[in-house]
Amino acid sequence: MNTIIFRTAAPLIVATMLVFSFYVCLRGHNEPGGGFIGGLIAAASIAVFGMAAGVPEVRRALKVDPMAIAGFGVVLAGFSGLLSLLTQSPYMTSIWLYLELGNTTVPLSTPLFFDLGVYFVVFGTLSAIALALESDREEDL
Amino acid sequence: MGLSLDASIALVPIAPFVAALLAPLVHRLAGPVTGWVLALVPAALFVLLLVNFVAPMTHGETLALAIGWVPSHGLDLAFYVDGLSLIFALTILGVGTLVILYAGAYLAGHHHLGRFLGFMLAFMGAMLGLVLSDNMIGLFMFWELTSITSFLLIGFDHSRQAARRGAIQALVLTNIGGMCLLAGAVVAHQLSGTWLLSELRGMEDLVRQSALYGLVLALFLGAAFTKSAQFPLHFWLPNAMEAPTPVSAFLHSATMVQAGVYLLSRMTPVLGGTEVWTGLLVTFGALTLIWGGLGALKQTDLKQILAQTTIASLGLLVLLIGLGSTAAIAAVVVYFVAHAFYKAALFMVAGAVDHEAGTREITALGGLADKMPVTFIGAALAALSMIGLPLTVGYFAKEEMYLGLVSGEWSAFLVLAVLVLGNALLAGVGLLVMTRPFLGDELPTPKKPHEAPVAMLAGPIVLGGLGFLAGILPDWFGHDVLVPGASAILGQAVESHLSLAINLASPLLWLSILTWLLGVVVFRQATRIRGALRRFDAALGWSADKVFDVCYFALVRFAGAVTRFLHHGNLEYYLVVVFLALGIALFWPLVSLGGLDWITPTAELGDWSQRLVLPDLLPYEWAVLLLAVVGLLAVLIASSRLIAILSLGVQGTALALIFLLFGAPDLAFTQLMVEILSVIILTIVMTNLRLDARDHRPFEDWARDGTLAIVCGAGVSLLLMLVLTGTLDTRLSDFFTQTSVPIAHGANIVNVILVDYRGFDTLGEISVVMGAGIAILALLRRRKGSVATPPVEAGRGGEKGQEV
Repeated sequence: MNTIIFRTAAPLIVATMLVFSFYVCLRGHNEPGGGFIGGLIAAASIAVFGMAAGVPEVRRALKVDPMAIAGFGVVLAGFSGLLSLLTQSPYMTSIWLYLELGNTTVPLSTPLFFDLGVYFVVFGTLSAIALALESDREEDL
Repeated sequence: MGLSLDASIALVPIAPFVAALLAPLVHRLAGPVTGWVLALVPAALFVLLLVNFVAPMTHGETLALAIGWVPSHGLDLAFYVDGLSLIFALTILGVGTLVILYAGAYLAGHHHLGRFLGFMLAFMGAMLGLVLSDNMIGLFMFWELTSITSFLLIGFDHSRQAARRGAIQALVLTNIGGMCLLAGAVVAHQLSGTWLLSELRGMEDLVRQSALYGLVLALFLGAAFTKSAQFPLHFWLPNAMEAPTPVSAFLHSATMVQAGVYLLSRMTPVLGGTEVWTGLLVTFGALTLIWGGLGALKQTDLKQILAQTTIASLGLLVLLIGLGSTAAIAAVVVYFVAHAFYKAALFMVAGAVDHEAGTREITALGGLADKMPVTFIGAALAALSMIGLPLTVGYFAKEEMYLGLVSGEWSAFLVLAVLVLGNALLAGVGLLVMTRPFLGDELPTPKKPHEAPVAMLAGPIVLGGLGFLAGILPDWFGHDVLVPGASAILGQAVESHLSLAINLASPLLWLSILTWLLGVVVFRQATRIRGALRRFDAALGWSADKVFDVCYFALVRFAGAVTRFLHHGNLEYYLVVVFLALGIALFWPLVSLGGLDWITPTAELGDWSQRLVLPDLLPYEWAVLLLAVVGLLAVLIASSRLIAILSLGVQGTALALIFLLFGAPDLAFTQLMVEILSVIILTIVMTNLRLDARDHRPFEDWARDGTLAIVCGAGVSLLLMLVLTGTLDTRLSDFFTQTSVPIAHGANIVNVILVDYRGFDTLGEISVVMGAGIAILALLRRRKGSVATPPVEAGRGGEKGQEV
């Protein structure tokens, strides 16, 4: 698995997959996609990167522990529902905000942040598992 | 009485919690003066109560406040202030202020001082909530909070095994009591229809005359007796002395252990006055009083001595509540206050001696009065109140409790004898604690003794001084403390008759003198009594403490045996059990509810040809189906593991294609990603094992697993076919199709359901995903350490996580 072709191509593949995963996550509200699938794609990219570059390299590139990313996701998803309490409505009532930016309208909403939370949980958890499995040395777990 | 005054009641229990959260930060900023800063919180609350609430209470008024808590169940966080709760709250805050101050100096320089003071303040908040709560569920919540915070405090020095044991023991016992309280509250609610104690007190005979009175009484007594360490459940209290001394000074004098006394006083109008009540409380109280008094003489450690006398005092209070006469209840109030003053002060003295001299062993101490004169004054003030000499509040307490009993009846006489004996034991111990460490010959101690810092002296001096102040001003004490407290317990106005006048003709005086004389005898013979008691203990061989250990470890062993039985660690059997259960769950309803009728052959065999028509599919759809079947067969016949894994991937991808072709792009997308990740992860896992040849498996394994697989597969297929024969209920999908865009602003219904309609479910699911991930990491961490945990298990867990 450690061919030079794979190692050279891996960063490109990984970068593309990561961008694509984010795209899939964002478009999920109207077209096939969403945080869950996006997270799976991103985790797969990390697994591929781990195979190509080795686990320590991936951990350096990630900067934070993947499990922390997952924890952040749960917190983000949970907190996205709290905003609605400010408007006297029940927990997790969605709030929409349409930002006019020149010619385009950018819809921002609390479900969007919720979906990003899902993305981070799936991404973080599966990356953590994949990296832990890939690493051979115990101290790297 | 404005709104702001009512609202300030809620502030009293909440403010300490807020301060508790800030305590570590304060410690970082304030350093050595942390204790002084944090003591401001209870001090301010104390002043607030003193200024605003004492005057109304002495006029017999009450205050109530309800904050909406769980409106859908009609639950309010209700607070209620009357004389009784105010006395408890003021005691908690007053002693609390001094203890926080004391703790700041006692643990000065300790790395976790901030955390410690935070626990203390949290405990204080819980205790205040307990005595101010009107709602029984609120009372239960604060009750449990005191158990949890006291667990943290007792086990503060968690690197010591004894501290951990004491903490767990206290937690277990007081939690059993907590459960009793909850059950009692629920039953009382069922009987009366109210959660509020104040309303319950209004329905005097309702509970007493119901058939469930015995049950309610037993549950509430269970709660009070565990918390207030009544015999034979008293043993957790001495073990809780493993806590740092400030904890003992606070929890085991005036607060935590008094929660049971508070509960009994509160419930007196509801449950009290019956023969059972009096009999149980007097019996257990008397036993506890004598047991604790003798226990104190057994000990040589200052803190242990004080802990045992606390048990005795708790027994005394329970006994008095059980008697229930006006004089007895007045004595409860006076004795509670007197005890809080002198016991907290004495614990602080014990801590100061330990801190400055390096030992608490009473036999190793002597002549400290020269070196620590102020500490000695504090100790003497407190101990004189404990002995009950005139001009101290302890004197009134003793007078009041004898007052109701000089009637001449033999039962009253018996109780009186117990009280005199108990008080004599306490007086003897008081003398011992006052004189042994401080007077007599100076003994060498581990540290060179010197006076304690001001913050550690404030407590004993102030509390000891207050004991004298209350003893000198009986009119004020009677009017402002005794009357509101006793009236609140009994629910009727009580007159105070405390006076300094000494009447030589009164039998009370002679009973007091008898008590003192007996006390002196106890003091003189302390060493001999100790020896006798220890010989008795040795002859007896075991104690309630040991029974607890036996039960505790039996339970642990039982749990271990059950766990080993269920979690034997053999993956193969786990899977067999799971799929067996699945097969049964599928076929049981199919067979029993007639789900298979449509497929069983009937007389008209001709129908079969019509049923077995080939579905009308396009060629490429056939190709995809073929791919799935080929992938599956390849898994079965593959010669190496790598090929098997990849073939499984082929089969899964074909499935994803089927989803895609029949209009479920989201599902297809997810299925594809899960397949890819499964293949990657399985391959990684297997790389660590062997990717080449498969294991040889015996025929019976093949047969068993194959049968199970076919049964489960057939079951799922039949169920799906059955579902498809009926008409599909489209109400839900119609609703989502119609509302998805207008309400939820999203066209992808699957995603909108996940993140909006059923967002709360998803939140739960992603939490599970993360939890599963953490568990898998933990399993992987063990991989290197133990051969018995093959990574395959972890891989399976990973798949489960994905499919959530």
